[in-house]
Amino acid sequence: MAELAAQFTLPLRAFELELALRAERTVALVGPSGAGKSSVLRAIAGLARPASGRIALGEDVWFDAGDAVFLTPDRRSVGLVFQEYALFPHMSVRRNVAYGGAARVDEYLERFRISHLADADPDELSGGERQRVALARALARDPGVLLLDEPLSSLDASTKTAVRVELQELLHEFALPTILVTHDYDDAAALADEVGVLVDGKLRQLAAPQELVSNPADTFVASFTGANLLHGVAEPQSDELTLVRLESGELIYSADYASGEVGVVVYPWEITVGRVRHADSALNVIHGDIRSVIHVGSRVRVRVGPITAEVTAASAEKLELARGGQAVAAFKATGTRLLPLARS
Amino acid sequence: MRRALTALGVFGAAALAFAFLLLPIVALFTHQSLGDLVHQLSNPVVTDALLVSAKTSAEAQAAILLIGTPTAYLIARRRFPGRAFVITLVELPLVLPPAVAGVGLLVAFGRIGLLGSTFSALGIDIAFKQVSVTLAVAFVASPLYMRQAIASFEAVDANLIAASRTLGAGPERTFFRVVLPLARSGLAAGAALSLARGLGEFGATIMFAGSFQGITQTLPLAIYAEFDRDFDVAVTISALLVIVTAAILLSLKVSALWPSSRRSSPSLFARLSSS
Repeated sequence: MAELAAQFTLPLRAFELELALRAERTVALVGPSGAGKSSVLRAIAGLARPASGRIALGEDVWFDAGDAVFLTPDRRSVGLVFQEYALFPHMSVRRNVAYGGAARVDEYLERFRISHLADADPDELSGGERQRVALARALARDPGVLLLDEPLSSLDASTKTAVRVELQELLHEFALPTILVTHDYDDAAALADEVGVLVDGKLRQLAAPQELVSNPADTFVASFTGANLLHGVAEPQSDELTLVRLESGELIYSADYASGEVGVVVYPWEITVGRVRHADSALNVIHGDIRSVIHVGSRVRVRVGPITAEVTAASAEKLELARGGQAVAAFKATGTRLLPLARS
Repeated sequence: MRRALTALGVFGAAALAFAFLLLPIVALFTHQSLGDLVHQLSNPVVTDALLVSAKTSAEAQAAILLIGTPTAYLIARRRFPGRAFVITLVELPLVLPPAVAGVGLLVAFGRIGLLGSTFSALGIDIAFKQVSVTLAVAFVASPLYMRQAIASFEAVDANLIAASRTLGAGPERTFFRVVLPLARSGLAAGAALSLARGLGEFGATIMFAGSFQGITQTLPLAIYAEFDRDFDVAVTISALLVIVTAAILLSLKVSALWPSSRRSSPSLFARLSSS
């Protein structure tokens, strides 16, 4: 399977998009809205023309500013699935899927379980069905690259989980170089082998999902992966610990070395919650009001003062955690990372 | 009591408005017996004018569609400096007095006009020929199609065009398979309006093409010519034009009710049904 190599700059209204990535399998780009994620896909598909750089699939050069090569979208082997799917409203499901390549329509209708909808109009379909039609249409062309723009954002929460699993299997099965754009880190981590964090048109970090969690480049990447982010001033101590005075006044310790203004990063699953402070090894404690208790499957997210902890439903019940009460959040110095503050 | 009076006032105003619009139409059909009216239709003045109108309208309409459609698409999809000026230029004949349009055409294409010497050198003489009627009608009627066509093309979702391109379709295939079907009902509405306007064209035509029976005398020009000669013929032609233009408007409304065209571009007019 050919590898997609894209390295280009594309001036946008507020900033310049600057990107370099290679995709053999699935790469997800995450970032806040307006970070330029969709523009990356438009440039790779040929819908936008970069100012400089090169885009190629294997030996096939699609764009090269130096050699003045620019292939129009119809001459690039891409399948682009738009955020709102962009199904042709005046065509049936069958004609939509057949638009890019009529040869194997029945096979794709079958494969995406939309055979029974072949004669339906797009506006009669549910969100999940529309997505399957859009995927079938893009893949029926037999593209060399798959581009997915926010594939899960138009779906309601109950459909989303099921579709995410389907999409996971699909990406595995087709094994195409895939660029997937999303604002949801969990979706990116579930679907991609590599995740790039894009902010204001620049890639902050591109790494495997677990690498982003264990080794975030900056506080923005950390907070995007779901970590708690607190601000404070660090002062190294003699005992290999760093003391951080948080903005809220509390003192906590970290095993990382840092000095001056820092971002303190703690992941929710490294925090325990209790009614009273236990004399165990967790060096750091934060007292606070329980601001929210949210059930997520078998886990419960509890917000204590400024930080969010994730505990099992069983222990939440045992502790009778409920909104309004007081609690103690405790975490180890080794689970407390200190990172330089992101510029934004 | 006051509410009853208000309601009475509103209904009275509506009744007055309907009567005002309807009476002249009714009068055109009651002025002479229906038998006389049908009989007058075989008058050579009427048949000649009908033929001239049909031929020149068809030619003008073909020119408007063939040249206007790609122009409208270009204006709708591209952003370029001077775009607002171009749109204003396209709309100008709509507000220009028809007599001014006629004089303008004369000093541009006429024997003494801007291109007159070029035309005569090429052996082209369009003064008071039927082609002048076609030019006058096209000039005056085109904005009604152009405005609607530009709006219809602008209403086509850019993502659908992008999707078509990424699915391997070139610009032509994208236009014919995605853009045109989605803009279709809007384009048809514009074409019908410009056809109706062209059929009624009077001022520019009489200035630029004159009024010669069987050559440049269209139905409206025939009404004017017969006004002093045989008033009943003038009334007959008027009744004929009422029927033709009403048929155009009605077919437009009926086509807007087709389910497949409803979702693409909205109609210019009030809907016939409440759906």
